[in-house]
Amino acid sequence: MLRTDSVSMRFGGLTAVADLNIAIEKNEIIGLIGPNGAGKTTAFNMITGVYTPTEGKVFFKSHDVTGMKAHRITHKGIARTFQNIRLFKDMNVLENVLVACHLRMDVGVFASTLHLPGYLKKERESKDFAMSLLESVGLADEAAESAISLPYGKQRRLEIVRALATKPELLLLDEPAAGMNPQESLELMDFIVRIRDQYDLTILLIEHHMQVVMGVCKRMYVLDYGVTIAHGTPDEIQKDPKVIEAYLGVE
Amino acid sequence: MELSTFFQQLANALSLGSLYALIAIGYTMVYGILRLINFAHGDVFMLGAYFAFYAISALAMPWWIAFVVALGLTALFGIGLERAAYRPLRDSPKISVMISAIGASFLIQNLGVVIFGGRPKSFPSIALFDTVVHFGPVSVLSVSLFIPVVTFLSLAGLLWIVNKTKTGLAMRAVSTDLDAARLMAIDVNKIVSITFGIGSLLAALGGIMWTMRYPQLNPLMGVMPGLKCFIAAVIGGIGNIGGAVLGGFLLGMMEILIVAFLPELTGYRDAFAFVMLIIVLLVKPAGLLGKAQAVKV
Repeated sequence: MLRTDSVSMRFGGLTAVADLNIAIEKNEIIGLIGPNGAGKTTAFNMITGVYTPTEGKVFFKSHDVTGMKAHRITHKGIARTFQNIRLFKDMNVLENVLVACHLRMDVGVFASTLHLPGYLKKERESKDFAMSLLESVGLADEAAESAISLPYGKQRRLEIVRALATKPELLLLDEPAAGMNPQESLELMDFIVRIRDQYDLTILLIEHHMQVVMGVCKRMYVLDYGVTIAHGTPDEIQKDPKVIEAYLGVE
Repeated sequence: MELSTFFQQLANALSLGSLYALIAIGYTMVYGILRLINFAHGDVFMLGAYFAFYAISALAMPWWIAFVVALGLTALFGIGLERAAYRPLRDSPKISVMISAIGASFLIQNLGVVIFGGRPKSFPSIALFDTVVHFGPVSVLSVSLFIPVVTFLSLAGLLWIVNKTKTGLAMRAVSTDLDAARLMAIDVNKIVSITFGIGSLLAALGGIMWTMRYPQLNPLMGVMPGLKCFIAAVIGGIGNIGGAVLGGFLLGMMEILIVAFLPELTGYRDAFAFVMLIIVLLVKPAGLLGKAQAVKV
């Protein structure tokens, strides 16, 4: 599904990510962990086209997407959420999802401005789809509310729904459990597995809550100072001396 | 002052205010999307007027075709301006883009002097817009009656696009968070082009009506209106379309009414806009309809 071939990102003299090799199969849930500043978000930015890697290649479904523009990559089927919530805060909940739906709604500027019948039909379909997404995550009742008035946990869920509305095959979640209490984190784990099954997704997630990562991920990659120091199943990772050193320091 | 004079001045104020509003919208739209003050906007306004002038006088087109051609050309020019002067600097510091905007403004003005000539030209008279209409003792030029109507219709159309269409939703998304919008598969460059196109089209509309109201063209005619409409947009709360309209009307009204009631201050007419700007910035820095933004530190 996704493969990165020795991608590196350098900012001037600083190497944020070096020689990253990730391979993800369809329907896997894979974790990307590491201490703060390890380069996890940078890796996401390279995959989604926010940055162009200085070296290496990114392949999505065997197509080379390296350096492609972000909106083209989303078209190909990769969607993401952000570490710090970035909803469109002047819009209501439904509109936030509709923005993303429009990707799959192929009508011209004129048809949309003049509200031609073909446009209206597609607009209705988009609205139905957006509402069904909101329903499936329990946000339907808040559809008309302003996005920033939602409580934090629901904003996180809305961000995931917004990413889902682009109908992705690969979903990248950047610290979805950030700021959540243990109970909310548990719910989130169920939620992630559920959307994976329901929407036939492949998921790559960055997370600090070990409970969450260990619970849902089949395999994980560990970054430290941009370098991949370990890769394996949760059990293997927990025992890996390099990982213990990176997280706890070593005497 | 007699009542008739008052109504006379009110009519003048209404048409001047409408023109300011139309131009101010262009500033505010571009700012809303890119956080950029397009200092060349006043010169785009000037070009719109010249395009219409040449279409009528040199190409002998009927006025309505000439106007459509001028609007189209100006919109294309605005889109080209963004491509050439602003897009390459999208990721540069704000100050670089601002300097580029000021440079573009000077370039267009001086190219105007070279190509159109520095000597003022007079806009051909079009009977429909150039007749004097009498309402009792008040007489106004017919174009002054068209101006508020055209402004109102353009504003309604614009608000429709922004609030009711897919393109408008994308515009609002880009204006809130450009990067997030991009990751929702919105082609940001296309939205920016559409924004510049619409803004420039409205500026051309303003330019054409301006030259019919004050029928003289010169390559520097956009400087003062451009500056004042920028002020109007800031007064109303930059980034807010309703605010730009409000600011435009306020500025136009105040300017005319001050001149009418305090004729001894006529010489300070242009300075007045700046005084108003200073007062608004002191009292309500975000503008009348602007929302104060908390900056995270």
